[in-house]
Amino acid sequence: MNAPLPRWVDIGLIPLINVAVAFIVAGLVVMFVGESPVTAAYLMVKGAFGNGYNIGFTLFYATTFIFTGLAVAVAAHAGLFNIGGEGQAYIGGLGVGLVCLSLDSILPWWLTFPLAIAGAAVFGAAWAYIPALLQATRGSHVVITTIMFNFIASALMVYLLAGVLHKEGDPAPQTRDFAAGGQIPKLDWLFKPLGLDMGSSPLNITFLLALIAAFVVWVIIWRTRFGYEVRTLGISPRAAKYAGMREVRLTVLIMMISGGLAGMMALNPVMGDQARLQLDFVEGAGFVGIAVALMGRSHPAGIVPAAILFGALYQGGSELAFDMPTITRDMIVLIQGLVILFAGAMGSLFTPAVARVFAGVSGPSKSDRTRYGSPEEKA
Amino acid sequence: MDTLVQLLDLTVRSSVPLLLACLAGLYSERSGIVDIGLEGKMLGGAFAAAATAALTGSAWLGLLAAIAVSVLFSLIHGFASITNRGDQIVSGVAINFIAAGLAALVGQAWFNQGGRTPQLQSEQRFGELDLPFVEALADVPLVGPIYSDLISGHNLIAYIAFVLVPVTWWVLFRTRFGLRLRAVGENPAAVDTAGISVSWARYRAVICCGILCGIAGAYLSIGVSAGYVKDMTAGRGFIALAALIFAKWRPVSAMWACLLFGFLGAIEIRYQGVALPIVGIVPVQLMQALPYILTVVLLAGFIGRAIPPRAGGVPYSKER
Repeated sequence: MNAPLPRWVDIGLIPLINVAVAFIVAGLVVMFVGESPVTAAYLMVKGAFGNGYNIGFTLFYATTFIFTGLAVAVAAHAGLFNIGGEGQAYIGGLGVGLVCLSLDSILPWWLTFPLAIAGAAVFGAAWAYIPALLQATRGSHVVITTIMFNFIASALMVYLLAGVLHKEGDPAPQTRDFAAGGQIPKLDWLFKPLGLDMGSSPLNITFLLALIAAFVVWVIIWRTRFGYEVRTLGISPRAAKYAGMREVRLTVLIMMISGGLAGMMALNPVMGDQARLQLDFVEGAGFVGIAVALMGRSHPAGIVPAAILFGALYQGGSELAFDMPTITRDMIVLIQGLVILFAGAMGSLFTPAVARVFAGVSGPSKSDRTRYGSPEEKA
Repeated sequence: MDTLVQLLDLTVRSSVPLLLACLAGLYSERSGIVDIGLEGKMLGGAFAAAATAALTGSAWLGLLAAIAVSVLFSLIHGFASITNRGDQIVSGVAINFIAAGLAALVGQAWFNQGGRTPQLQSEQRFGELDLPFVEALADVPLVGPIYSDLISGHNLIAYIAFVLVPVTWWVLFRTRFGLRLRAVGENPAAVDTAGISVSWARYRAVICCGILCGIAGAYLSIGVSAGYVKDMTAGRGFIALAALIFAKWRPVSAMWACLLFGFLGAIEIRYQGVALPIVGIVPVQLMQALPYILTVVLLAGFIGRAIPPRAGGVPYSKER
C-alpha cells in the first residue's frame, strides 16, 4: 500500500483541482453559447472586486453564504445532509420579522438586533427540529424530510405574507417597512480607512456576526467534547454508540445548531438590506450553502473563502449579465451545480491520478482504489 | 357530475408528469441509486423537447431529444455514484442545478426570449387524441361523460404513462432484468457473488430512469403546454419523490399516490378561494403543502411504514 498523500495535497490541492475543473467546464459552456470565457471571467472579477461598491455587494452575499455554508457543514460532521437550509432560513426570517415588527419603534437597533439574532436562530432551529427528531427516533431520512420542509416553509410563508403579516394596500406580499429600530448599521465605516468607498452597497454588521459564527463553529466542532462526539457519530455511528454517546440527543442538537445557523442568514437581507420581510428573500442561498460547504470541506477556514468566492460569483454574475446579455445570472446556478458535482459527488475523481503523481508509480493497486473510494474519505 | 368529471380530468392531467417521474425514480431507487435529480432531469428534458420541436418542427424529435438529454444526466449521476462511488444525494443536487442553469443559459443564447422557447404550433406538439366511439358514446348517461371527457382527449404521452404502470410492474417483478435490478438494490454483494455485474445492473436502472424523466419533461413542454418556460417543472420532481415514498416503492401504489397528489393539485387550481362545505375556504397554500406534509407523516411511521430498498444510497465496493 502506498503512503498516504501529504496533508496539503489532500486538503489543499485536490479541492483546488476539483473547483478548477468545475470552472473549466463552465468556461466551455460559455464558449458553447458563443462568448469568450476569458472576457466573461474578466468582467466577472471586475464586477465582483472592481471598486468599493462592488466589494460591498460581494461581501454582502458572502455573509449570507457563510451562514448557510456553516449550516450544511455542522450537520455534515454528524453524517447528516441538511438540505433544508433554504426552508430554515425562510422561517428564520419569520423570527427576525416578528421581533422587528413588534419592537422596531420601541427599542433602538442595538437592542432589537440581539433579539432578532435569537429569533432567527430559534425559528431556524425549530424548523430543523422535527426532521432531526424523526431521523433520530423514527429513522425517517433527514434528506427527504428537510426537502419536504422546504416546500412546507415556502407555502407557510406565502400564506403569512399574503395574510396576517401583509401590509394593507401593498400589491406585493410583504410586511410593512421596519422603523429605525429594525434596521442595522452598514459597514462602510470599517472599510473607509482602507480607501474603499462602499457607497450604497448593503454590506452590514451581520458580516461581522458571520465571522464570529464561523469561529464559534470551529470551537464547537474541534474544541469541545460535544464536537468530538458529533464527529465520532459522523465517522462511525457504531463507535459512537459503543462509546456510550447519545445518538438521539447528538443528532437533534447538531441539526438544531445547523437550522439555527441557516436561520441567522435571514438577518442579513431582512434587517440589513430590505428592512421588511418579503417573499422569497432567501433566493436559493440555502442551496448555495451546499456548494460552499463542499468546497470549504466543512471547515470554517475553508467555508469563509468559499463563501466569498460564491459572493463574488453572485455579484460578478449580475454585472456580467449586464455587460454580456447572452450570459444571464443563471450562469451562477450552473457553476454552483458544477462545483457540487466535482467538489462533492466526484470529489475523489482525481485522487488516484494525483496519488500516482506523488507516489511515482504506474498505477494504484486495487486496495488503494477502494480506500480512496470509500465513503468515509469524503466529507 | 360534470364538475366531478372535470375535476378528475384535471387530476389526470396534473398526475401524468408526476407518474412518469415517480416510475423513473422507482427504477433507480429499486436498484439502490437514490435520485433526487428527478426534477433536474425533467427540466432538462422539457427544455430539450421544446427547443428541438421549435427548431425541427417535429414533436417526435422533441421527445427523442428530451430522452437523450435526460439519459445523459442520468449517466452523469451514474458515473458519479456508481463508478466513482460518490454521494448520490450530492450528485442529485448537482444535476438539479446544472440542468436549471444550462436550460436557462442555452435557452437565452438560442432564442433570446428570456429563457423561454418560442411558442409551438399544434403540429409541433403532442395533441389531444380522441379515442374511438367518443361521438357515439357521448350521450350515454354516466358512461358517456366519463369515457369522452375523462378517458378520451388526453395526449399520447398521458396514455403511455398509464400503460407504463403495469409494464413497470411486469418488468420489475416478472423478468430476469427486474429481479437483478431489485437484487442490487437490496443485497448487491449477493448479486456480485452470483457473477453478475452490480454496476451494469445499476447503470441500466438509471438509464431507464433517464428515459422516463425525459418523457415526463416532454409531456410538460410539448404536451400540455406549447413551449418551455423557465423552471416549468416547479417542484414536480420532488412531489414525485414524495409519491414514490408514499407508494412504498411499488408501481401500482405509485400510480395511486400520483393520482392523489394530482387530485390535490386539481382541487388547488379549481377551488382557489371557493368556500367548500363544512371546512370553508381552504388556503391554497395548505393544498400546495399537503403532499409534503402527508409524506412527512408517512415517513414518521404514523400511517404505515415506508421501508426503502436496503442498499439505497450506499455505493457498492467489492470486498478487499
